Amino acid sequence: MKIVYTDVLVIGGGLAGLRLGIGAKRRGHDVIILSLVPPKRSHSAAAQGGMQASLANVIKGQGDNEDVHFEDTVRGSDWGADQEVVRMFVNTAPKAVRELAAWGVPWSRVRQGDRQVVINGKQVTITERAEAHGLVAQRDFGGTKKWRTCYVSDGTGHAMLQTMSDQAIGASIPVHERMEAIALIHDGARCYGAIVRNLVTGELSAYVAKATAITTGGAGRLYRVTTNAVICDGIGHAIALETGVAALGNMEAVQFHPTGIFPAGILVTEGCRGDGGLLKDGDGHRFMPDYEPEKKELASRDVVSRRMEEHIAKGKGVKSRFGDHIWLDITLLGEKHIKHNLREVYEICHYFLGVDPVKDMIPVRPAQHYTMGGVRTNPTGESPTLKGLFAAGEAACWDMHGFNRLGGNSVAETVVAGMIVGEYIADFCDKIENDVDIPTRVVHDFLRREQLALDGLSNGTGNADASEIKARMQEIMTDKVGIFRTGKDLEQAVDQLQKLFVRSRGIGLRSHTPGVNPELVTAYRTQKMLKLALCVAHGALTRTESRGAHYRQDYPRRNDAEWLKRTLATWKSDASLPTLSYEALDVRRMELPPGWRGYGAKDYVDHPDTAARQAEVDATKARSTERFDRQRALMPYEQLLPERLRGRNERVDDRIAATPPPEAEEAQGFVWETE
Amino acid sequence: MDAPIQKIEPMSAARTSPTTGQTIRLHILRYNPADPGSRPHMQTFELEQTEGMTLFIALSEIREKQDPSLQFDFVCRAGICGSCAMVVNGRPALACRTLTKNVGPDITLAPLPFFELIGDLSVDTGKWMRGMSERVRGWLHMKNPSPDLSRIEEAMDPDLADKIYELDRCIECGCCVAACGTARMREDFVGAVGLNRVARFRLDPRDARTDADFYEVIGDDDGVFGCMSLLACHDVCPKNLPLATQIAFMRRKMVRIGFS
Repeated sequence: MKIVYTDVLVIGGGLAGLRLGIGAKRRGHDVIILSLVPPKRSHSAAAQGGMQASLANVIKGQGDNEDVHFEDTVRGSDWGADQEVVRMFVNTAPKAVRELAAWGVPWSRVRQGDRQVVINGKQVTITERAEAHGLVAQRDFGGTKKWRTCYVSDGTGHAMLQTMSDQAIGASIPVHERMEAIALIHDGARCYGAIVRNLVTGELSAYVAKATAITTGGAGRLYRVTTNAVICDGIGHAIALETGVAALGNMEAVQFHPTGIFPAGILVTEGCRGDGGLLKDGDGHRFMPDYEPEKKELASRDVVSRRMEEHIAKGKGVKSRFGDHIWLDITLLGEKHIKHNLREVYEICHYFLGVDPVKDMIPVRPAQHYTMGGVRTNPTGESPTLKGLFAAGEAACWDMHGFNRLGGNSVAETVVAGMIVGEYIADFCDKIENDVDIPTRVVHDFLRREQLALDGLSNGTGNADASEIKARMQEIMTDKVGIFRTGKDLEQAVDQLQKLFVRSRGIGLRSHTPGVNPELVTAYRTQKMLKLALCVAHGALTRTESRGAHYRQDYPRRNDAEWLKRTLATWKSDASLPTLSYEALDVRRMELPPGWRGYGAKDYVDHPDTAARQAEVDATKARSTERFDRQRALMPYEQLLPERLRGRNERVDDRIAATPPPEAEEAQGFVWETE
Repeated sequence: MDAPIQKIEPMSAARTSPTTGQTIRLHILRYNPADPGSRPHMQTFELEQTEGMTLFIALSEIREKQDPSLQFDFVCRAGICGSCAMVVNGRPALACRTLTKNVGPDITLAPLPFFELIGDLSVDTGKWMRGMSERVRGWLHMKNPSPDLSRIEEAMDPDLADKIYELDRCIECGCCVAACGTARMREDFVGAVGLNRVARFRLDPRDARTDADFYEVIGDDDGVFGCMSLLACHDVCPKNLPLATQIAFMRRKMVRIGFS
């Protein structure tokens, strides 16, 4: 039996895993990254539009700062987020962009002077400041008050992943490619690494580590219609769940992106609407202002997706051979803009639809896009219930997105969480008491158990077809656990998924080829995915309110009085449903008490503590005018950040304000520091 | 609870794509090196073509319904990750964004040559790309390795940033290497992908290296002097990167170092 020892085992080679690994390695710990695919092919590469960070370099970002980013993110989450974690995030995001700027990401830059942009369907001239020339540029995105999304054309995730992967190579971090963690090694209290299957040879081995990090991204493939890559099966979520000890948080919170191309579900970026693109119906009418006069096409994704489906249900969609859809119109942005700033969109339309978006509208319909739920962690990224297990990025419920993530906050989370959790994982490994002392016998037991399970699938007498079960699960999830949910549909979904789960124990293989055996991969993944699907469906059935992306037609109001809490799902062995418990969010400690989001539904049921907390917050705000003092008085969080990531973020306006008038400059002998 | 529940049709209203009424045939080079009994051979699969069918959809359907052992690699299925390059009717291409109606009804598929075969249409581009990257030292060598992250970032000319991104768009799919004449003769040739990487860092003012440093890694026949200017890399690049131009440019720069 092969056992590999390391300090930090990172499961998943996307942005979060790579950044976390680099952080731990820089602190002197050995790191091994496991990846299903060569890391540059990870789904992080598919993030097109950009990364939110309140740099405020562009003129439309002027006045932006951590406070505004914080409020946008909490409102976006429909108050489901952990506000302390959001604070940690918004303060680190500018540092993350600046770090990546130093590491090689070719961020699109501000050009001083006049430029033409499209705002609310109209051509507008805006003027960029000379002082900001050459700094990282920002574009508009949904649910944000300022232009905050930093970007590299519309290949942001690709460019970030190139740089991050390159730096991991430069740091000599081994990436074991085509390796899949299929179980965590643990003793019920402490995680010791993972059992890993080689996706070329089919062999199992054990990786034993002081700290194990799950950075495997989302679980979009639980759904039939998804923007996610085919590797986004959520196996990282599943192996954490299967410990029976680690919990998954808020799995019912699933985001649907408004603009998946129809019918393939491939993503076209929110940047299309951020840059001025419009949504139109079968009559060519721009309908979003009718529903959302405040933010129109740029309300949060959950709201826009619901409005599109609602409009289609009224018979206003575009009829096509494949079914009904909506038009995304970016023709008004012009050829130069599309071919320069939206070139991936251009290519996708060209190759998959045979459509030229310079001249023609793009058929779109909402598609599953993001898994807000994930391995529940505390602010350091560690599981509160399974020591030594960490998670970061989409695979984690850290929890900065609550029930709806804002566009541009996902790749931002990957690198920010990678930076923060990387430091905490290094702290963990620094401590001598966290050394690994697991007997190899225990490792053997885990390995044997997993080998037996796989052999059972390969040699068993079952006759259920893995692909068919998986497809059926995806249908159920898309049809009954989608954008609009009802108790009746969800009951049926849970019932049907449970039956599928039972059937999945009788999966038999038609193919017995040595090596990778793709059918075997589908078989064991499907068994794991069904558990996740049940976490989503059962969590959605139980949550009798609507919050963010979780919308119950039979309970259309957000109900803070009963549901201002996080769902925690665990899985007992031999169970056919997850065990749900709830973790209350404390209104009395919130910097931003619950209220109206600024878009979407205006009626909600208040939490009994909200009024009192709001009065307290108002009084504190009245007392102190300086924004940092005020923030500290409302909800101190800086102690939660690693020391090297604390500190205020400089902005171009600070520089302009600090530049003394020309005559004073000479008198004071002031020398401007040039870069 | 108050309003009557409006039944909203699930968004998967598109059950199955309508068929185009045409049968297509995929002739696939099969071989599983992990199976001692396997011999390379062609195998033909027939299926109904549907509207908008890509090779991703076709191959997935074959694996689900006809032969579960068929090996291939797809990740993003949107033309952006570079996993699925294979030889389609004799030409390296990204399978996921190839519409069957454009290359059929008879479609011949083979794995990319040059790279280590995993099985059927799956090859190990990842291992080769990592090795190449280590050889050409394909990461930004920071002038300032520990910048103060609280301070405003260093400015960069907007046009230069765009030019760097242009070369950074490479998805390491391997098409350029698979189509390369030099790579057939020199297995250590870094390929257009490697030379493009170097050109990208050379262009980047944040990189501390000089032409003399780049000469150390690509100033030989396994590097920029190995290229015979057959231009196939340029022709097959799915991202339309200006590969031949970059190689020619790098060669001029490296010649200058070689003679100095």
